[in-house]
Amino acid sequence: MELFLQQVLNGLTLGGVYSLVALGLTLVYGILHVPNFAHGAFYMAGAYSAFFIINKLGLNYWWGMLGAAVTVALISVLSERLVFHPLRKAPYLHHMIASIGILLFLEAGAQAIWGADFHRMETPYTQILSFGGLTLPAQRLLIIAAAFVLVVLLQLFLKKTVTGATIVAMAQNREGAALVGIDATRVAMLTFAIAGALAGMAAVLYAPINLVYTSMGHLVITKAFVIIVLGGMGSVPGAIAGGLIIGFAEAFGAFYISTDYKDIIAFALLVLILSVRPQGLFARGAH
Amino acid sequence: MKLFSSTTGWSALLLLALAFPYLAGNDYHLTVMSTAYIYAIATLGLNLITGYTGQYNLAHSGFMAVGAYTVGILTVDHGMSFWGAFALSGFVAAGIGFFVGLVSLRLKTHFFSIFTLCVGYIMYLLIEKWESLTHGTVGIVGIPAPEPIGPFDFSEPRAQYYLVLFFLVASVWIMHRIVRSLLGRTFVAIRNGDDLAQALGINLMRNKLLSFMLSVFFSGLAGGLYAGAVRFLGPGVASVEHTFDMTMYMLVGGIGTLLGPLLGAIAVPWLTQYLQVLQEFRFVVFGPVLVLLVIFLPHGIVGTWMNRRRRKAPQASPAAAPAQPPVAATQEGATHA
Repeated sequence: MELFLQQVLNGLTLGGVYSLVALGLTLVYGILHVPNFAHGAFYMAGAYSAFFIINKLGLNYWWGMLGAAVTVALISVLSERLVFHPLRKAPYLHHMIASIGILLFLEAGAQAIWGADFHRMETPYTQILSFGGLTLPAQRLLIIAAAFVLVVLLQLFLKKTVTGATIVAMAQNREGAALVGIDATRVAMLTFAIAGALAGMAAVLYAPINLVYTSMGHLVITKAFVIIVLGGMGSVPGAIAGGLIIGFAEAFGAFYISTDYKDIIAFALLVLILSVRPQGLFARGAH
Repeated sequence: MKLFSSTTGWSALLLLALAFPYLAGNDYHLTVMSTAYIYAIATLGLNLITGYTGQYNLAHSGFMAVGAYTVGILTVDHGMSFWGAFALSGFVAAGIGFFVGLVSLRLKTHFFSIFTLCVGYIMYLLIEKWESLTHGTVGIVGIPAPEPIGPFDFSEPRAQYYLVLFFLVASVWIMHRIVRSLLGRTFVAIRNGDDLAQALGINLMRNKLLSFMLSVFFSGLAGGLYAGAVRFLGPGVASVEHTFDMTMYMLVGGIGTLLGPLLGAIAVPWLTQYLQVLQEFRFVVFGPVLVLLVIFLPHGIVGTWMNRRRRKAPQASPAAAPAQPPVAATQEGATHA
């Protein structure tokens, strides 16, 4: 029973990180209608900027997280302005290739500055808490709590504020939103900023129990894609539910099936589900 | 496009390629060129499914790895001859491509790309983890060079070069036959619009699947050649970066043209060769180049040139015979989502 609960906690940790990344991706999809492959590189950029702030500037972990959120939000908005905005009328293939261009640039840039080595990010939360038979590193608890808080904040922002409602409106119907006087450019920039900040914070949360390296975004972003395809592209609740599903599938898969193949589980799940239901788990209508 | 659509242009290119070993300073240049040719064959395949049929397959390097590992595993672990294993490489890739295509091609546009991205990852992870079959991260070492045929000893760089060149020429010729045939026009119709193509009575699934299998056949074949040329294989062959590389070749030269991907696949590696410093950080430059190309020159070098020629042709000679139907890379038909 303890082992089972332990896996539940692991699943929540993974699911929290995946949900944060997938939320940004799904918000951007709502605006662009194209998957942003560079999102994984944004995640990586967040980890490196926090690493720089903590190790080189000597500031504490929370400044690192704030710095990462701001930096990545900036990178994200810049890429919208410089790349995606000029391409808004182009075929989908061009968006995809351009986002791959950004991805390759950011990764090579990080490698040119910091080298190909793996770095460790320090965290002040190294205690191990134990409840009954359960052991729980404080950093994992922090991930779960922070992911929960961020998701709730995002939901409140989207549902309760006018600015948030403009994002939802634009995702639902671009022309309709423009007709009622919503400034598409402003909303697009705002959405990219939020998505970037979420990816940056997710990276800083997860990096201390993983490592910081240039290709750290690859698996995370691919899994985030799996999540938003399963949850329905552009759907916020879908991204959260999908993130938890993949997080749990991996935690339990690693424990009950095989650690070696745990990364395949998410992809196998996608292949399996899309083979049966090409429209995804929750989506209505075909892709 | 007169020069290159005509036989003389292509023959000039072929002569140049045949003379290259005598012009090249050393064996290193030959090896660089052979590797470029191998990737050119794979890029031709990617161009068929992406440039002509409009489906961006991100598992393409995975299929190249399938071809390469077919040769690696059969020769090293099962003592098969290179030629026997090589003959199978394309077919194994196409066989796996049949099943992958059957599932993935039910999805459209970027859903197809995301799905194939995942398939590519599964291939990569399987190669890395399935040690009893693929030797895992250690990789396959000691793949034999192709056995000599008559006087040609393929362990020697020059013979190796001509071997790869032979398959490149054959690939270009076959690809030329495909895209100029009714089948090629069918693929272009699908690229320009699923619904429109279906309204013309085109069976979407069957044609997409055929294009997909043909495309990965070329990729598998290139993988087989790669195994014989490099003679060492690691899971890295399957990594999605190689698909990104090929995408760049395709885009620099001109997506949806025959000459474009060829030009890109040969020019870009040479460019990186000369900018040695860039080897490792080449994407610091090529990433933005990719973005700029997509924004300002979406048809690539060859595509832009062809479009210009086509615009100018009627002005120059109003009474001339009707221009060739465009096979060019106009993708106006594709829409968002």
